[in-house]
Amino acid sequence: MPMNFETVEVTTDLLIIGGGMGSCGAAVEAAHWGKKHGLKVTLVDKASMPRSGAVGMGLSAINQYLGVAEGLNTVEDYIKYVKHDLMGVARDDLVANIARHVDSSVHLFEKWGLPLWKDENGAYVHEGRWQLMISGESYKVIVAEAAKNAIGDENIYERIFITEPLIENGKCVGAVGFSVRENKFYVFKAKAVMCAMGGTVGVFKPKSTGEGAGRSWYPPFSTGSSAYFTLKAGAEMTCQEVRFVPIRFKDAYGPVGAWFLLFKSRATNALGENYMETRVGELDNWGKYGSVRPIPANLRNYLGLLDIKEGKGPLFMRTEEAIANLAKKYEGEPKAFKKKMKELENEAWEDFLDMTISQALLWASTNVEPEAKSSEIAATEPYFISSHSGSSGAWVSGPEDLSGGTDYFWGYANMTTVPGLFAAGDATGACPHKFSSGTHAEGRIAGKAAMKYILDNNTQVEPNPEVIAKMKETIFQPLALFEEHKNFSTDENVNPNYILPKQFMYRLQKLMDEYVGGVSSNFSFNKASLDKAAELFVFLKEDAEKLAARDLYELLRVWENKHRLWQAEAHLKAVAFREETRWPGYYFRTDFPNLKEEDWLCFVNMTWNPTNNEWSLFKRPILDLFGIE
Amino acid sequence: MPSYVITEKCDGCKGQDKTACMYACPNDLMMLDKETMKATNLDASACWECLCCVKACPQQAMDLRGYADFVPLGGSVVPLRGSDSIMWTVKFRNGMTKRFKFPIRTTEEGSAVPDGGYPITTDIDDVELSTEPASALDHPVWTFKK
Ligand SMILES: Cc1cc2nc3c(=O)[nH]c(=O)nc-3n(C[C@H](O)[C@H](O)[C@H](O)COP(=O)(O)OP(=O)(O)OC[C@H]3O[C@@H](n4cnc5c(N)ncnc54)[C@H](O)[C@@H]3O)c2cc1C
Ligand code: SF4
Ligand code: SF4
Repeated sequence: MPMNFETVEVTTDLLIIGGGMGSCGAAVEAAHWGKKHGLKVTLVDKASMPRSGAVGMGLSAINQYLGVAEGLNTVEDYIKYVKHDLMGVARDDLVANIARHVDSSVHLFEKWGLPLWKDENGAYVHEGRWQLMISGESYKVIVAEAAKNAIGDENIYERIFITEPLIENGKCVGAVGFSVRENKFYVFKAKAVMCAMGGTVGVFKPKSTGEGAGRSWYPPFSTGSSAYFTLKAGAEMTCQEVRFVPIRFKDAYGPVGAWFLLFKSRATNALGENYMETRVGELDNWGKYGSVRPIPANLRNYLGLLDIKEGKGPLFMRTEEAIANLAKKYEGEPKAFKKKMKELENEAWEDFLDMTISQALLWASTNVEPEAKSSEIAATEPYFISSHSGSSGAWVSGPEDLSGGTDYFWGYANMTTVPGLFAAGDATGACPHKFSSGTHAEGRIAGKAAMKYILDNNTQVEPNPEVIAKMKETIFQPLALFEEHKNFSTDENVNPNYILPKQFMYRLQKLMDEYVGGVSSNFSFNKASLDKAAELFVFLKEDAEKLAARDLYELLRVWENKHRLWQAEAHLKAVAFREETRWPGYYFRTDFPNLKEEDWLCFVNMTWNPTNNEWSLFKRPILDLFGIE
Repeated sequence: MPSYVITEKCDGCKGQDKTACMYACPNDLMMLDKETMKATNLDASACWECLCCVKACPQQAMDLRGYADFVPLGGSVVPLRGSDSIMWTVKFRNGMTKRFKFPIRTTEEGSAVPDGGYPITTDIDDVELSTEPASALDHPVWTFKK
C-alpha cells in the first residue's frame, strides 16, 4: 500500500454530509436559495447517491403522511401520536415542524416519478393512518435524481468517507475525510455544515453471526457517523438511551407493517394465544402510556417478549388467517375470489421485494406461501435510528415561530448547539417517527435554515492547517501500523501489535450484548453489568488506537468502527444515567424496573468536551408548547 | 456469499473505471480484480442482500445465494429491472415459480425537476419551504395559534 496521499481541498458555502433521504431534502431546498443568493452547495457521500443509505434497496411504504390539506389529520394529532409512542419523551416543536412540511415532500416525490398507490377515486391508498403504499423499488433513485439535478453533478463527491468535523473557535467550518477508491485525503471548507449520515447498526451483536450478520434490519452501512461527527464537534446530544428494537419476520427481518395494518393480521404465541389480549393487564404498569391507542411500539414488543421469556414462543404472524379473513367477503363468487387472492398475493410479495428481498428468498427457500402457512416473528438486535421509533441524536434548535422564546430555540431551525453545524434524519434526536418522508422534509428545513445562517454569517473561517495535518496522519495511521508490523507473525490476522476491524467489531458487540442488554441478555441489565461494561470499554477505546488496515477497503471498516464506538459509549452512559425503565420493550433495567414519571419524565442530554475529553450528562425538561399532553 | 458473480458471465464491465456493481453497492463490497477482469463481493457477512449490484449488472452476471447460516439452498429471487418497471422471478425450493411485475417510476429517467414544477412564492425568512404552499396543495403551513 503506497503511503503518499494527495490532499484535495474543496471550498464551498454549504457542505451537506451524507447522500441519504435527509441530505437529498437539504440539497433540493438549499440549491434553490443558493441560486437565488449566489451561494454554493456541495454534497459528499461515502457511497453513491442513487442507492446509498437506508432507502437504497427501496421501500414499500411512506410511513409519514398527514394529509392535512385533504383534512385527514392535523399536526396536533401527529404530535400526540409520537409523544405517546415514545412514552412522553419527544420535542413538540421538532415533531410539529416536520409534520407540517412532510406532505409537501411526498407531493414532490410523486411529481418526480415515485409510483404511489391510488384507489378508484384517485386518492392515496393508506396502509394505516399515517402510511401510504408505494411501488418503491426506485424510491431512492428518484429522490437522489432530484437532488443531483438541483445541485449539479460537479458539486457531488461520492465514495468519500467523512471522518472528522473541522471546528474553529467553537464553530463548525468544514470536515475531512478520505476517498475509499483512490489515495486521496479530502478537506472540505464551508460556512455551514449539514450532517445527515444516518443511524447506527453493529453496536450490538446481531442474532445471526455467520453470513446472516449482514442481514440487519437497518442497513449494516449505517455505522454511527452522525453520532460521532456531532459528538466530536462538541454538540449537545439527546435521547442516547432510546435505542430501537423492532419486531420483524424472524431471521430475514421482513417488514410487518403491511401485515398488521393493511392485511389486519394477528400475532400469536405457540399456543395460539394473542399476547396483546392475554397480557393486556400488564399495560397498567406503564402509566398513562399503557392506556393510549395505538399501544406504544415498545410496549407491544414487551408483551411479546414476556411470552418468549415464559417459554411460550415462537411467535407467529398469522398470515394464513389474515388472508382467509380478507377473502371471506368473496365466498360464493369464485371469479372475484380468485382475483382478490391474486391481488393479495401480489401485494404481499411486493412488500418484501420492494424493501427486504432476503425475506422473499427465505419464503421461497422454505416453501412458504403466506396464504397457507404462518411465519415466525421475533425481536431483532437493538439499533440507533431516530427517524423511526428510536430517538437518539443531536439536540437541535426548533423553528422560531414554534419554540422562539423557550430553551428549544437558539437561532436557526435544526442547528445543533455548535454554530454552523446543522443536522437532520437519524442525526437529530427527540423527533422520532419521521421515517423516509419526514426525514426528507427535515432535510429541507435544515437546508433552508443553513442557507439563512450563511447569509447572516457570510465569512469563511479558515481551519487550522496544523490540525488538518494531524487529522490526515490519524486517518491513515491504521495503514502505517499494518505496514510496520505485518511481518512480525506468519499470519497477518493474528498479530499482537494491532487489531483488525472485524475482530474489533466483534469485541464491541460482545461487550454491548452481554452487559448492556443485547439479545443474549434479554435486553436487560443493571448497574453492576453497566459498570463491568464501562470497565471493559476503557480497554476497548485504548485498543481502538491499534486498529490496523491492509488497504483502503479495510481503512473504511476501521473508521466505521471508530464511529460505532462513540455511539456505543454515548448509549452506555445514558442508560446508566437514567435510573428507571421507561421503554421496557427496548431495554429493561432490572435494578430500576419501573416507570418513574416524577423523576424521569425528561430528556437525558449529554456533551463531550473536546478540550478536556470529559463527558457530562444532565436532564432537560420536556416543554409542553401546544397543550398536547 | 449473498450476492455473487457468475464467473463466466462477468466481463468486468469491459474495463471501465467504475464497474456497474462497484458503483451501485452502498456498502462498497464489490471489487474488480483488474487481472482476471472479474468482480467479487468482498465480504458476504457484510452484505445486506439489497441487490443494488444485481439490478445494475449489464451482463446479468450477478445473482443471490441466501445467507448460508439460515437460508436453505434451492430457492432464487431474480430481478430484471427496466426503465419503468421491475420483473421478479421467484423460484421455490420445491420448484414452484411465481412471477411479479411492479412499476418503479412514472416519469422518464433523469427528468426529476427539483421544484416539481410548483411555483415559488416564498422568501428565505418565511416559514414556508421553497415550493410551499403550492406543494402542500395550497394549504397554508400550520403554525401554533395561542
Ligand atoms: C428496512 C427498513 C425499512 C424501512 N421502512 C420504512 C418505510 O416503510 N417507510 C418509511 O417512510 N421509512 C422507512 N424506513 C426509514 C427510512 O429509511 C429512514 O428514516 C431514512 O432513510 C433516514 O434518512 P437519513 O438521511 O437519516 O439516513 P440515510 O438515508 O440512511 O442516509 C445516510 C447517508 O449517509 C451516508 N454516510 C454514512 N456515513 C458516512 C460517512 N462517514 N461519510 C459520508 N457519508 C456517509 C450514507 O452513504 C447515506 O448516503 C425504513 C428503513 C429501513 C432500513
Ligand atoms: S457489473 Fe456485472 S459485468 Fe460488470 S463487473 Fe460487476 S458483475 Fe461484472
Ligand atoms: S447485495 Fe447490496 S450490499 Fe450486497 S454486494 Fe450487492 S449492492 Fe452490496
